[in-house]
Amino acid sequence: MLLLTCPCCGVSAEETEFTNGGEAHLKRFGPGSSDADYEAYMFARKNPRGVHFERWRHAYGCGKWFLMARDTMTLEVYGAYKAQTTEPPADIQAKIKARRPEWEGYK
Amino acid sequence: MSHRLGTGGRLIDRARPMDFTFNGKSMRGYAGDSLGAALLGAGQVLVGRSFKYHRPRGIVASGAEEPNALVGLGEGQRFEPNQRVTTTELFSGLKAVSQNHWPSLEFDVGAVNAKLWRFFPAGFYYKTFISPRPLWKHVYEPIIRRSAGLGKAPDAETRDADRYEQLYAYCDVIVAGGGVAGLKAARQAADEGKRVILTEQNPHFGGRAVVDGIEVEGQAAEDWVKAQVAALQAMPNVTVLDRTMVSGVYDHGYVLAYQRVADHTPGAEKPRHRLWRVRAGQVISATGAIERPLSFAGNDIPGVMLASAIRDFVVNYAVSPGKKVAIVTNNDDAYRTALALHAVGVTVPAVIDARKEVTGDLPAKARAAGIRVIEDCAVRYVEGGKSVTGVQLCRFNSDGGAVIETLACDALGMSGGWSPVVHLWSHCGGKLTWDEGRALFRPDANRPPLGHDGQGFVTCVGASNGEFDDEGEAAMLPVWLMPAQASYELRAKAWLDPQNDVKVSDVQLAAKEGYASVEHTKRYTTLGMATDQGKLSNINGLAILSDALGQPIPQTGTTTFRPPYTPISIGAIGGEARGGIFQPLRKTPIYDWHMAQGAYWEPVGHWRRPYCYPKTGETHGDAVKREINQVRKSVGLLDASTLGKIIVKGPDAGRFMDMLYTNMMSNLKVGKCRYGLMCNENGFLSDDGVVARLSEDTFLCHTTSGGADRIHGWMEDWLQCEWWDWKVHVVNLTEQYAQIAVVGPNARKVIEKVGADFDLSAESFPFMDWKEGKIGGIEARAFRISFSGELSYEIAVPASKGQAFWDKLMAAGAEFGVMPYGTEALHVMRAEKGFIMIGDETDGTVIPQDLGLNWAISKKKEDFLGKRGMEREAMVSPDRWQLVGLETLDGSVLPDGALAPLPGKNDNGQQETQGRVTSTYFSPTLGKGIAMGIVHNGPKRMGEVIQFQSAAGGTVAARIVDPCFYDKAGEKQNV
Ligand SMILES: [Zn+2]
Repeated sequence: MLLLTCPCCGVSAEETEFTNGGEAHLKRFGPGSSDADYEAYMFARKNPRGVHFERWRHAYGCGKWFLMARDTMTLEVYGAYKAQTTEPPADIQAKIKARRPEWEGYK
Repeated sequence: MSHRLGTGGRLIDRARPMDFTFNGKSMRGYAGDSLGAALLGAGQVLVGRSFKYHRPRGIVASGAEEPNALVGLGEGQRFEPNQRVTTTELFSGLKAVSQNHWPSLEFDVGAVNAKLWRFFPAGFYYKTFISPRPLWKHVYEPIIRRSAGLGKAPDAETRDADRYEQLYAYCDVIVAGGGVAGLKAARQAADEGKRVILTEQNPHFGGRAVVDGIEVEGQAAEDWVKAQVAALQAMPNVTVLDRTMVSGVYDHGYVLAYQRVADHTPGAEKPRHRLWRVRAGQVISATGAIERPLSFAGNDIPGVMLASAIRDFVVNYAVSPGKKVAIVTNNDDAYRTALALHAVGVTVPAVIDARKEVTGDLPAKARAAGIRVIEDCAVRYVEGGKSVTGVQLCRFNSDGGAVIETLACDALGMSGGWSPVVHLWSHCGGKLTWDEGRALFRPDANRPPLGHDGQGFVTCVGASNGEFDDEGEAAMLPVWLMPAQASYELRAKAWLDPQNDVKVSDVQLAAKEGYASVEHTKRYTTLGMATDQGKLSNINGLAILSDALGQPIPQTGTTTFRPPYTPISIGAIGGEARGGIFQPLRKTPIYDWHMAQGAYWEPVGHWRRPYCYPKTGETHGDAVKREINQVRKSVGLLDASTLGKIIVKGPDAGRFMDMLYTNMMSNLKVGKCRYGLMCNENGFLSDDGVVARLSEDTFLCHTTSGGADRIHGWMEDWLQCEWWDWKVHVVNLTEQYAQIAVVGPNARKVIEKVGADFDLSAESFPFMDWKEGKIGGIEARAFRISFSGELSYEIAVPASKGQAFWDKLMAAGAEFGVMPYGTEALHVMRAEKGFIMIGDETDGTVIPQDLGLNWAISKKKEDFLGKRGMEREAMVSPDRWQLVGLETLDGSVLPDGALAPLPGKNDNGQQETQGRVTSTYFSPTLGKGIAMGIVHNGPKRMGEVIQFQSAAGGTVAARIVDPCFYDKAGEKQNV
């Protein structure tokens, strides 16, 4: 059971106090978008063995959604950040790069 | 024949004898005994039968690693199978029964299996029982069911009489194991000011040191341990737990520890087990090591034990497994057992040592004590049946063809070296390394399990880390088979896993048949798959496999170590979550009133709602019919408090509502209500309900009872993660209001009688309007909405006033015969009206267009959630199944979910179908069965008769009709 820290309220709590919302940094494609864009938005997921950006909600706490960079293999948490952004903060990206030099970036 | 020695026994109190029974036979032990010690002390060497061959079996080990000596403990509500006698503390009145035999332990019919061993090779389940298929049901399965499964399941009608609890704890360091290494580690962390939890699985601390009587820091181990434990107990930052096993280490330092609080005092006013759910900064594994058995023919005969276990029984309990105990070994440590036996007057006829030359200090001591040491020697075969009568010896480097001597003895201690207990290191991904010198796997400090910070969070100390206090001891000789080139006849009697009856020959056969992976071999042979999870057998098994595959042991690797370390009770896993508090129950403000009326309940999510209110002598069907008739003719009340109520507020509320709902909400006038649909991004229906515009910037969204929390979360998701610059705030007020539907032709009269401070007339308060004011002196918000087709007011009042308001309505409605009605009447009436129900007409693959709800999909809006999904080819296909009404020709009620079969098969080889029933009821209003369903091209096929599956197994004819069966013009609700 993961130990997660909410970047919105600062509480560290058991995984069961949070709900997972799947991959982060997806771009929404609505009406008028191509089939390929819509498919990428709805169905194509990276599901990496390694560095992963994901959405979490502090459902049984402050209720806020946030984003997190985590290693799906080692379970190391590189950092959590607020959801109101389109890309991971530079310091977290730098930290990942230092820990996993082979990492190719969040895109 | 008693095996209790005249003196000694550091853990027992001879002044306190304790009586117990084994298979109904009265026996006596002492306070401080384990059940195993008490049985052995009473001379009971045979304690069970093996799983597959029903071979006689005795105690092998002295602790958690025991594979054989499992018993059923207790009776009735406290009966529990598969309890290890070595870890069960004796108490007065204990009742134990042996397992895996019929009719008795002494005489067992199933033992004939052993004579047929050639027919039970590795993988015999797979080989023998695969075909012919029909034999499975009638022959193989009943046989397997009777003979398989260890022990006996408790009677299904009994309920566990004990209580269990769980406890959350947080610490900097948790130490698993209270031997010398664990005590030192705990003390060091405690002295640094850390919060420490120290656990020891046994009732006593000290591990092997106190048995072997070594010195620690210049003190006798016994004294040192006592002083350390006392010091730790006195420290405020330390929690010391005995009888507590760390059963598993999980992600990010989550640890489960299993405390057996009252196993030894059944019936005491204490929880029986307590599960500690610990979040630890660091886990220190001080779990020691387990001695390995040796693989020689007859190594499973009762009386053949681990050398260290014999030492434990002698020193701790003053029990010897026999009067003449031989020892067989490949290392010096086993000589400690020879010396311990010799010291208490038990004859040791010889130590049989596989090594060519025996040179260490301990063998020298043994020789000095007059104990015979036979070098370069192996046990060829153990003589005996239900107990050991002697051992045949041969040269170690031989095939066992030549017996050099037969040694008379009544027990045999064996030692194949030691395996560190690396389970806690490995549970969460710690890797192992092979120590060539000691022939063991130990933790690889460079590859620990990682925590959330990417740093290792488990450390192994002492024997668990492969560190042994073995100064002055000569090197061991790895021995995986004895004698080294044992013939097939011998290998087929050399047990690796006595609990699952897996032998050396089975693993070799598996290798020959191509099972090269250790994980596959494990499953094929069942090696290490029993309740002991191969604590004794795995290393020997994988060494045999490696040899058969011609590769070094580390290349074969180990199987995966999974929690729990030893089985923990289901009761502890459940904890307090049983009976009434199994899960939280959500109650409406009127719950107690419903209960007092004898409501028949229906679970709706975590809510309980009245399904109906049966009167004396009424069936549920009768009650539903009565409730519907009352509503349609006069007036009824529904507790609709569970309905979701979510406020959406802010300058951008209208814009947000237009994205959430498929229809236009931003143009809804203040004071008006509108029915709306919500879809997910696939375009599939997700929820529905009536929206009321409370003010220019405020909407109240009613959701389904089960959907409120989910929809609230959905709204938050979009506001926080996608449109975070929109000025909207959402609040889930579901539980803040009691909501009561007053429904039926007399509904207005009832409310007028209660007294409203606003005009209730149709002219000033028309259908699909809402009004605020006081009704019966209670502040209320009334919505003129109807899910039944009748004149209806849904009235929300503060939750705290819910019961009072309900009482006023009941009193005022008395003259109209008012009755409460439940969810079933609600469902039937909405089906009569052809209204859809989320979860009945929808199943996550249905779009609004399938249900004839195109009118509720805005064509003006550029975007809403699900719009793009609905544009997909499959969603606009003319071949989709669509909503219709269904009427059987004979008036019967269609079975729920019934399919409409067509001739032919689809691409998957399944029966072709053209529709299915989504809702089906007997309608008291129409006096016949009515149904809704989705049918291929349904709306274009009005009047057509098609076949549906009938409950009896055939088909039943139904006509496709309009889904609205009652008052299609809506005249009744709009008055
Ligand atoms: Zn939070």
